[in-house]
Amino acid sequence: MAASTLLMIGSSSGAASRGHAAMSPIKIGVSLSLSGDFSADGIAYKQGYELWAKDVNAAGGLWGHPVSLDIVSDASSPTQVVTNYQHLISVDHVALTFGPFSTLLTLPAAQTAARNGYALVEGAGGGPSIFSAKLHNVFDVTLPVAYDLAPFAKWVTSLPASSRPTTIAYATSNDPFTQPVVDTAASLIAGHGIKTVYNNVFPAEATDFTSIADAVVASKAQAVVIGSVDVPTVSAFMQAFEQAHYTPKVIIATAGPDQGAAFIKAVGAGNADGMMVPNSWFGGSKNPASQKMVKEYIKQYGGTAAGVNADIAEAYSVGQVMAAAVKATGGFNNAKIISYLHSGVTIQSVQGGVKFNSVGENLAQTAYTFQWQKGGTTFVEVNPVGDKGAVKVLYPKPAWGK
Amino acid sequence: MHALIDGVLTGSVYALMATGLTLIFGVMEIINVAQGILVILGAYFSYTLSTHFGIDLFLGLLITIPAMFVVGVVIERVFVARLKGPEKTAMSILVTYAIALVIEGSLNQIYSVNYQQLSAWYVNKSFELFGVYFPYIYVYGFLLAVGLLSALYVMLYRTRFGASIRASLADQAAAALVGIDVKRVSTICFGLGVAITGAGGMIYGATNTFNASSGADLISRLLTIIVLGGMGSLGGALVAGILMVTVEDIVGVVWSPIWSTMSFFIVLVVVLSLRPQGLFGKLSSRVA
Repeated sequence: MAASTLLMIGSSSGAASRGHAAMSPIKIGVSLSLSGDFSADGIAYKQGYELWAKDVNAAGGLWGHPVSLDIVSDASSPTQVVTNYQHLISVDHVALTFGPFSTLLTLPAAQTAARNGYALVEGAGGGPSIFSAKLHNVFDVTLPVAYDLAPFAKWVTSLPASSRPTTIAYATSNDPFTQPVVDTAASLIAGHGIKTVYNNVFPAEATDFTSIADAVVASKAQAVVIGSVDVPTVSAFMQAFEQAHYTPKVIIATAGPDQGAAFIKAVGAGNADGMMVPNSWFGGSKNPASQKMVKEYIKQYGGTAAGVNADIAEAYSVGQVMAAAVKATGGFNNAKIISYLHSGVTIQSVQGGVKFNSVGENLAQTAYTFQWQKGGTTFVEVNPVGDKGAVKVLYPKPAWGK
Repeated sequence: MHALIDGVLTGSVYALMATGLTLIFGVMEIINVAQGILVILGAYFSYTLSTHFGIDLFLGLLITIPAMFVVGVVIERVFVARLKGPEKTAMSILVTYAIALVIEGSLNQIYSVNYQQLSAWYVNKSFELFGVYFPYIYVYGFLLAVGLLSALYVMLYRTRFGASIRASLADQAAAALVGIDVKRVSTICFGLGVAITGAGGMIYGATNTFNASSGADLISRLLTIIVLGGMGSLGGALVAGILMVTVEDIVGVVWSPIWSTMSFFIVLVVVLSLRPQGLFGKLSSRVA
């Protein structure tokens, strides 16, 4: 795997060795949320893309061309992202496009790229709305999110009846990323002796979660699933739960706890202990390519492996997949790249295998559940149960601040 | 009942954040869309004092509030005071939006986009009364809001300077004719508006995880509060802040959170159709 990844990073070294080293830079256009609601993720994505570009340039560039990232900010706006990609393609004349952050922004971005015949390789548009649009040009290198919580659902329903939670609460944002994940989890958990005592959707634009959290508290649910898109949402629930002296036996949030050091800094390590989150990658991954990337990231930005944001790996994987396509097609022809990525080939990335179906879903990866343990100092894989990298779930969740 | 308590406690904090907005509009006819980022700036001031100097959040307000006053005075003198003529109000939206972008960008550079939350022993703790848990931070925030708004009220209605402000609120030209330095009053009012926002920012930062972009989420709610309360009305901001959060909370608990935001806007539309000037606003002039 390491060898293949190195091959992808250095996909152009062959070209370089053929005398193309002095070629002009190749521009890759990206719109990222450098401000607005998704800014923390947007910045992490920027770091991931830049880390990949640095590596690829160090290895001779992309098909002999030095990579130049043309990054513009969309301020987390689905309308601005359309303007940005149109500008990148028709004014900046970028050769390739990488995706923005979030399902919400990826769909309009992909539609814009499709109108211009560009492939949009992305890592954060995994919501069902992306794939139900049946665009031929979008390729999500990350596992589709709909079944993100499947390992969690399997684990919680397989617990012995004596220790299994008897009640569960679901509270989710109506974001196109979170709601399908939570709905799927609810359907998988239903009928396994765990009674749903609260199930509500809140508006994505909500800024005050007190009443929703209080309703969850009032439900006295022993398990809580939070459909969050970011750290502030899950942090608000955690704060309200602590203030109400309510510690469910298990809490899982769709996003937030995967933000590494940013999450810990916001909620405190003690409170993070036992918090769970689904994902397909974490900083402690044994994938050699991932370990190399994590090492480089820490060298450049500091911190620890547990603190590396999963967005970094997603963005880096986008670059790797595009590099493999450029190498295989012998250049920057987007039609050929699209055709290649639809060919059923499996590409290795820091997140693992990448193989696209007809609508651009990557079905070669496995969903995992991760959990903060040891007083919020380590972030470990806990599901699927029986997976060789999984450790025992910290269950029940320790009381807040312990 | 719990939703009602939450509404009153949280709503008063929103009122505190919106007060500066309504005060500035009332005196100067300036729509300060930088209000959201100023709340966040106040939160970052408190964060710096708390994290780097170990100063308690409430004690830190003794530094934050004057510092925010200076920020307000500088913004008013450098940018806002230059706005003149019939287009002044419309132009103020553009100018203060630009100020918001500059502050947001600067905060991102200084503090990064990572989310922060203010911490102190009382931030996550609560006490029980009649079977209901009252979070200390919300109770303290409520008391702070009531205290500061009362002080502002006393200043407006029991001091000579307050009379100058009220005269400027009613009619700037007439106030100038009777010898009031309207320019100075405007500057101080803008400073006061921003200063009180700093206090709101501290409570916001203790009850929410925030980064510089969080201000964008706030501004629409703050504008909505002062429109409902009546542009320029301090009492209106308090009532509207509490009303907004209470309606949202009750609908969220009794019906569904998905309808909570919409329910408040229904209240807003109904009120404005009956009283276009808002609950405590006046049609003919800027009001107090």
